[in-house]
Amino acid sequence: MAILDKELNELIEARVNELVDEKLAKMAKRPVKPKRLAIAVVSRGTIDAAYAALILATTGAALEMEVGVYFSFFGLNILKKGNQDNLKVVPLGNPAMPVNMPNIVSMLPGMTAFATMMMKKTIKEKKIATVPELLEIALESGVTLWPCQMAMEMFDIKKEDLIDGLPTPVGAATFLEFAGDADITLFI
Amino acid sequence: MSVQFQIDQRLDCKGLNCPLPILKTKKALDGMTAGQVLEMTATDPGSRPDMEAFSRRTGHELLDAKEAGGVFTFYIRKIVVK
Repeated sequence: MAILDKELNELIEARVNELVDEKLAKMAKRPVKPKRLAIAVVSRGTIDAAYAALILATTGAALEMEVGVYFSFFGLNILKKGNQDNLKVVPLGNPAMPVNMPNIVSMLPGMTAFATMMMKKTIKEKKIATVPELLEIALESGVTLWPCQMAMEMFDIKKEDLIDGLPTPVGAATFLEFAGDADITLFI
Repeated sequence: MSVQFQIDQRLDCKGLNCPLPILKTKKALDGMTAGQVLEMTATDPGSRPDMEAFSRRTGHELLDAKEAGGVFTFYIRKIVVK
């Protein structure tokens, strides 16, 4: 009887060890799929451009991708200190506005401000992440937000005019070296 | 019949839109230890396919996902990081 108990105990112990090993192996098993996402925000410094870039950048970081975003030309506006609330949406020449208006109307003074106000209201009501919030999450989660040196020169923007936590402004070569090894490249 | 998990942390993302539920889930998991289970609730209809994609990419195990009255509930087990 005692021998049987001993054998039974050994069997149980072996099985338990097996299960623990299996569980640990499963927990350690992780798809190693490092991906790199490179986004160039070149052409626009509008609310919609900021959203497209920052939503993809922050989500990429959450998916454990290596993310770098390059801000040049008007895109640099998105990184200007205290400027995030001044970003606008432009109704002129935009046929996809929720409230459509002819260009002859959207060209009138105040229409850009009006469309921007309406969009900001929607963002608030629908609890959509704000641009400053997304910038903060991006920096916090290790996204590199490169300011373009040439654009800073061109628009006379100093490093201290930009939000904190940015790397040294760089040129095209730095971004292209990063983007050269990217799995996903986007132009916004 | 539903499987019961020992829930170590809860995260309420109800009313939030893409990408906030994913970003907050990632942040919550970062603060947990391997093997722990996070319960996340959301009302964003896109959260289900998004959470599945998040799980596939990061390896954090999506144990269960259910929907009741427009509220999605997800159970995610944090896996060992590297």
